[in-house]
Amino acid sequence: MAKRIDVSGLSAYYGTTKAIEDISMSIEPRSVTAFIGPSGCGKSTFLRTLNRMHEVIPGARVEGKVLLDDENLYASNVDPVAVRRSIGMVFQRPNPFPTMSIYDNVVAGLRLAGVKKKSVLDDVVERSLKGANLWKEVHNRLNKPGAGLSGGQQQRLCIARAIAVEPQVLLMDEPCSALDPISTLAIEDLIGELKSQFTIVIVTHNMQQAARVSDRTAFFNLAGVGQPGKLIELDDTQRIFSNPSVQATEDYISGRFG
Amino acid sequence: MTTMTTVPEDARPQVGPRLTANRLPRWTPPAVAAGSIAVGCGIGAAAGLQSHLQWGLISALLFLVGGYLISAQVEGRRQAKDRFATSVVWVAFILAVVPLVSLTVYTVQQGIGVVNGNFLSHSMKGVIQSGPGGGIYHALLGTLQQVGLATLIAAPLGLLTAVYLVEYGRGRLAKAVTFFVDVMTGVPSIVAGLFILSLWNLALGFSYSGFSGSLALAILMIPVVVRSTEEMLKLVPNELREASYALGVPKWKTILRIVLPTAIGGITTGVMLAVARITGETAPVMMLVFGADYINSNPFDGPQQSLPMYIWQQYSVVNNDFGYARAWGAALVLIAFVMGLNLIARGIARWRSPKGGH
Repeated sequence: MAKRIDVSGLSAYYGTTKAIEDISMSIEPRSVTAFIGPSGCGKSTFLRTLNRMHEVIPGARVEGKVLLDDENLYASNVDPVAVRRSIGMVFQRPNPFPTMSIYDNVVAGLRLAGVKKKSVLDDVVERSLKGANLWKEVHNRLNKPGAGLSGGQQQRLCIARAIAVEPQVLLMDEPCSALDPISTLAIEDLIGELKSQFTIVIVTHNMQQAARVSDRTAFFNLAGVGQPGKLIELDDTQRIFSNPSVQATEDYISGRFG
Repeated sequence: MTTMTTVPEDARPQVGPRLTANRLPRWTPPAVAAGSIAVGCGIGAAAGLQSHLQWGLISALLFLVGGYLISAQVEGRRQAKDRFATSVVWVAFILAVVPLVSLTVYTVQQGIGVVNGNFLSHSMKGVIQSGPGGGIYHALLGTLQQVGLATLIAAPLGLLTAVYLVEYGRGRLAKAVTFFVDVMTGVPSIVAGLFILSLWNLALGFSYSGFSGSLALAILMIPVVVRSTEEMLKLVPNELREASYALGVPKWKTILRIVLPTAIGGITTGVMLAVARITGETAPVMMLVFGADYINSNPFDGPQQSLPMYIWQQYSVVNNDFGYARAWGAALVLIAFVMGLNLIARGIARWRSPKGGH
């Protein structure tokens, strides 16, 4: 299921402002790649270009290529809806659909794609919630509103919803920043399990988290306020945190920056 | 070793003002209010003022001034100002509620004796206008049909316009639409009536009918629906749209299955309020529906009656006690209908609103 991503010469704009410039990297299948860097360096923007969510914002556009295995996501005949179906996303703040029950939230993607068969949906709910480590906590109240869960449970519900449509890649935009340490640990364990099936890309501000969960780490930085963000280096996580090849990376991870 | 030195209680420097101060007991405001009303009525009676409204205003003034002075004496200026502001809010609230309550109470008093099965199920056909008897069935039927048709036209148009403005509209076209919706909000109902009269009846040659009135009512209703729906759609967090897109759901389906259901409570309330607003419209209905004494259950052909027009006719054309009684009865039914719509709207809003908690 998992696919690799190859990005080359990618720049993204908000109107006339260039947010990220000329990024090229490869993301390996069945691995966790973490993006770290200061606020405003374009990590989240770059993440959103990987499933064409960037262009949802009015005035936003992208230049360059993103290859999912061999297909260019930005080719003119590619349907962004199909792209998002194979590259799922989990957001910074848990955002379950407030009108829907836990069950309906998990199957939202499938139902809206036209799957109606009850037995299929039941299976998906159980499998996805088990995959998101939430099944034990909610299996006896699947018809209760999703918004009634705790923050950490809501975020796992959103992960269940994202994996229910069986994407090849899962993008996570600071998925733990709104959660307490225990919920964070639950999600981190989950990421470790999910990487056997999915290619996972995670943006995080927490460097210990990047060190704990990821196989490879990319460091982004920007030259100054108003300058576009750039990829500084991408390497094995262990190497980034022990012996990075660029001075700026070492400064950032050891707290000497600015 | 550090030694803890304890300063004796009374030797500590006094920082700032003391925290305790004289406070009026909790029953002071109601007591002042009761006293002001007593004194106000006394002054009013002594001065021979006829209107009870004047008594009430004197009492309100006494309440404001008295409350301030008493509080200023006991609690100081700052507290007195606080109490004064609270009193102003109360007085304003009562001033606003008095006309509403008295209108409702008076209508019920006058109308309740008139409204009965016979009144609701008979028209004015064959009834001598200046005599007793007759009913509002034809007017009620006309109002329901006209308002129903107007809603069928205005609700989808307004809803789709709002969806366009919030979800798709960019640039000049959206600005122009917003501008014209604003302009339409301010169109007087008689102008809407004249417009339909000149377009539908005169230029296109259709005759008086309930539907003709519905067209004018729809013109009045559309901007209200657009505005309220627009506000409700804007309240739907963008994160929900993004969550849906990220699942590979197309935009139109996201709007239909995620955005609209999330906002449906508020949208329904908006539509119901717009319905309530046009139900009481008289001018365009008089011009386009023409009025009738008999039951016409076909809104597309021939004159019909409607409740506001019926009230007006009974009051100004019949113009005697029997007419007044029927007018009050019809007014009571009209108010009850609008109030019922509001209650339904609130019920739907509560029932469909996004649920949190367990």
